[in-house]
Amino acid sequence: MLVLGLVIGFPLLGFLVLLAFGKRIGDPGAGWVGTIAIALSFVAAVVTWILLLSKHAGQRTQVLRLFQWIHAGGFHVNITFRADPLSVVMMLFVTGVAALIHLYSIGYMKRDARFHQFFVYLNLFVFSMLVLVTANNLPLTFLGWEGVGACSYWLISFWFERPSAASAGKKAFIINRIGDMGFMLGTFLVFENLHSVSYSQVLPAAHRLPAGTAEAIALLFFLAAAGKSAQLPLFTWLLDAMEGPTPVSALIHAATMVTAGVYLMARLSPILALAHAASTTIAIIGVVTAFVAAMAATSQTDIKKIVAFSTVSQLGYMMLGIGTGAYVAAIFLMVTHAFYKALIFLSSGSVIHSLDSEQSIRRMGALAKLMPITAWTMIIAWLSIAGVPPFSGFFSKGSILEDAFGRNELLWVVGVVTALLTAYYMGRLVFVVFYGKPRWQEVTKGHEPHESPRIMTIPLIVLAVAAAVAGLLNLPYSGLRFLHNWLSPVFGSALVSYHLSASEKVLLPATDAVVALLGVVIAWRLWRNHSERKALEPTVLLKGWYLDSFYDRTFARGGTALAKFGDRVVDPTIIDGAVGGVAWLFRWVGGLGRKVQSGLVRSYLLIMVGGIVVMLAYVLVSAAR
Amino acid sequence: MFGSLVSQLPIRLPSISYQAIGPELILFGAALVVLALSATVGRREHPQLYRGIGLFAAVAEGAWSANLLRLIDQHGPSLAIAGAISNDGFSAVVGIIVAAALVLTMLIGPGFVESVAGQGPEFVTLLLLSATGAIVMAQANDLIVVFLGLEILSIALYVMVGFRLRDGLSREAAFKYFILGGFSSAVFLYGVALVYGATGSTNLVKIAAFLSSHVLINNGVLLFGIALILVGFGFKVSAVPFHVWSPDVYQGAPTSVTGYMAAMAKIAAFAALLRVMMVAFHLQLEFWRPIVIALAVLSLVFGAVFALRQREIKRMLAYSSINHAGFILLGVLAATSGGVRDSLFYLGAYSVMVIGTFGLISLIQVDAGKVEGSLSLDDVRGLGRRRPAVAVLLAILILAQAGAPFTSGFIAKFSVITAVISVNEYWIAVVAMVTAAVAAAFYLRLVLALFSKDEAEVGVGDALYPVAVRGGSDQGLRLSTASLVPIWIGIWASVAITVFFGLFPTLLLDLVSRGKIFY
Repeated sequence: MLVLGLVIGFPLLGFLVLLAFGKRIGDPGAGWVGTIAIALSFVAAVVTWILLLSKHAGQRTQVLRLFQWIHAGGFHVNITFRADPLSVVMMLFVTGVAALIHLYSIGYMKRDARFHQFFVYLNLFVFSMLVLVTANNLPLTFLGWEGVGACSYWLISFWFERPSAASAGKKAFIINRIGDMGFMLGTFLVFENLHSVSYSQVLPAAHRLPAGTAEAIALLFFLAAAGKSAQLPLFTWLLDAMEGPTPVSALIHAATMVTAGVYLMARLSPILALAHAASTTIAIIGVVTAFVAAMAATSQTDIKKIVAFSTVSQLGYMMLGIGTGAYVAAIFLMVTHAFYKALIFLSSGSVIHSLDSEQSIRRMGALAKLMPITAWTMIIAWLSIAGVPPFSGFFSKGSILEDAFGRNELLWVVGVVTALLTAYYMGRLVFVVFYGKPRWQEVTKGHEPHESPRIMTIPLIVLAVAAAVAGLLNLPYSGLRFLHNWLSPVFGSALVSYHLSASEKVLLPATDAVVALLGVVIAWRLWRNHSERKALEPTVLLKGWYLDSFYDRTFARGGTALAKFGDRVVDPTIIDGAVGGVAWLFRWVGGLGRKVQSGLVRSYLLIMVGGIVVMLAYVLVSAAR
Repeated sequence: MFGSLVSQLPIRLPSISYQAIGPELILFGAALVVLALSATVGRREHPQLYRGIGLFAAVAEGAWSANLLRLIDQHGPSLAIAGAISNDGFSAVVGIIVAAALVLTMLIGPGFVESVAGQGPEFVTLLLLSATGAIVMAQANDLIVVFLGLEILSIALYVMVGFRLRDGLSREAAFKYFILGGFSSAVFLYGVALVYGATGSTNLVKIAAFLSSHVLINNGVLLFGIALILVGFGFKVSAVPFHVWSPDVYQGAPTSVTGYMAAMAKIAAFAALLRVMMVAFHLQLEFWRPIVIALAVLSLVFGAVFALRQREIKRMLAYSSINHAGFILLGVLAATSGGVRDSLFYLGAYSVMVIGTFGLISLIQVDAGKVEGSLSLDDVRGLGRRRPAVAVLLAILILAQAGAPFTSGFIAKFSVITAVISVNEYWIAVVAMVTAAVAAAFYLRLVLALFSKDEAEVGVGDALYPVAVRGGSDQGLRLSTASLVPIWIGIWASVAITVFFGLFPTLLLDLVSRGKIFY
């Protein structure tokens, strides 16, 4: 499985080359180096896939062992990578989407002062992400997990000259730490109970876990996933993360990194299958997140905030799938979402780019004629995410909702309402930005916005094609369920299949389609000629249910007050006092020494005799009588 | 009548193993040769010749000891000269360490000493004689022989301390050392007498045999004897509270003598202490371990703490050597073969680095135009700019004394602490580590001074000299180029050995672990 090493190795090589020579290669050479590294990685991923395809279904788990990493007592961790159907799917879409976004970034980041630095981070990110999805043990996954977190931090605050970007990076990092704690505790529990952290040993042995422990492990890892994949109550960082450059939002905060939590849950499906209460919790949190975020998305005025809430909402769907045991559906949605969400972000980026970094949809409008490729690709993405047949979202979201219906009708109802909201808020975005009256004159100061250069539109077109037809990956007809057949050996018995009656099998997709079209129509009626409707944009939704200000008021301000107290009171008096006191004590005793050392032989003799006398006393005490 | 007297009281001479006492014979013989030569070819005419003979004798002694060690490894240890001398791995290893210290001092010392005290054979002779005493102490299997070695060593050291006859500081130091040393020798001898009274022998093996086969109903005499013997050794190794002489003497002695004394007195006294305690009084471990613990802890703490306020470098290093003595005592109180090994390692590592340190300080004193008396922190300020080589080498040796990794000092401290932990005295290990941290403060202060800007530190108002010990006439001293070459060779060798055994400690550990005490 050496080719697996190449998949991971190319981004690492690209990162090292850019780190060493990036500045010398400059703009746009550095961008091309980064793009080619990822493209080669994609090719290697395809080769890996073909190699696995040529094997029998039961032997598609291959492990590449490099060297021993940690060895302490009974605790071994090796640097081992794993190619199995799940990780190959992850590899393929991560490298594929990443390559396109790299290409797009060459145009988007043009003439940025730290152009090469951007690609250094981007390549490091892809490397970390690949480590995350291919690692064969929990600590190595964690290494990738933290690696993508660090890259996310650097890239969110890429324009750190802006205080908002710097603090957004910090916020993302800190909130993710909460989740990371869950990851570590979960790993400890796994090691404590199964005496290994390697997937090859832990996953087959998962059934030996006591039920309560399995619930605890599942919830701890879900805490990690909730942090990384922006679920309630930890999603607020993802909104601020939009401070980063738009390609970063597309790659990290929509297509790949935020799905790491979903991947982790899918990877640990044997443990999750034992944890029924935890699964139910995950499903509920997922669907509530989807609904809450979709509601908030309907009222945003910042184009990237709309998309960000939309991402949170879609991640909620994925978690709903995980919670109901529909792992294949979750992964299917993850892949199609990667296509259309990356596309939405890149199209938004294209708009933002041509409007000199303007992000408010209030100051856009009537851009369809001026930017036809951007507009059309965005519309395809909209129809996909809305779930209009036959675009990819219809199939992927449909399969999630089907399993949700199988599990519990209430989950399905909330999911369907959210689907309606999804079609509606994306429609609002499309109509307000691309139709209606032009409102961008103030921003552009006279000149007309124009279509983005080809280097940016080509990725848009490729992604639009993918977003439109990705449904083919897993059509709901026997024999055409490619992704399901490919992935089901990985999940095995963990994969839940619900039996639906024949009428339900027809009615459920039909409802999805009707709801999606309904959302499109409502958006068209309401927003075709309007850019602002106060009644439909309540402040509570605009502010994202005030969750952020609640956190700010309690945790952030409380923490700041505590830190200030520490700085003002604890540090100077207690800490410095103790340190200074010890130093003073030693100096004082040292000074005493100089007094003792009088230089007089008789006092020296006195000290020595004193010592002898003490010894004599000791002898008298200890001598046998 | 005389004939009948002889026949009635035959003096039975023991068979003498000249091979076993070869090291002493070489050193003592060389000393006699130097003296005889100086009487015939003149005292001042051939300083290089005397040094050459001394160096040759030191190397030969080391080679002889190494050969002895090889033979002992093959044929096993033995007692020689009616059981008074122990010919075992321990004495051979100590012989090698003595040789190393002696060679370094022969390279570094004479150039400095002769430039202040005039050229002559005396310094080389005294070095050789004191080393003879050290080896006698290491080999002694009899308390009287220990005392003999102690006196040979001490008397030579008294003279060497007072080598700068015209300087009051030096004379005062020698006199104090002599009086206090005489006092401690008397205490030691009293202890020997008490032990003889309790056990009927001064031979270590016989004492051990007696104590293992008899139960003393009243053991007060024995215990007090042991305590007084410990006092005698405590004085020699300058363990608190018997350390009071050392700051004055370290400051007053010619700097290279200070380095030599710090090394050789410790090697000899610890060698004898280890053997006496391990062989004769091992059964009384429960009694004497608390005493050694007290000495060790007091030395560790007060050595480190008192050094903090010293601005006078030689006095500071005196306290530092008290701290080191505390560390070596850790190996003694463990009273295991591992403890013996770790003590030997520490002695070897410390001897080399302390001789190099004082050699460099001598060089700095020459630079500063000072007689070998005193050197304050302000004198070395900014030395890194003026004499980068000297400053860097001194910094390496000082950091080694502080126990920095990649130097033998680190391994030394680490291994004695391990020895203490192996006998479950955890709190002593904690104390040792804390004092190492405190000690690092003053070591680093010296290193910082070396590389700081050329300005006086704030608060020079602190007394530069302690009361009563004053003096030193700054008449400057000159070094000939011919004597600078061996000095630099010695200093580089010291630094190289320190770093080498820091990187490859197993080589030295292998050697010292062959130093097993025979009993």
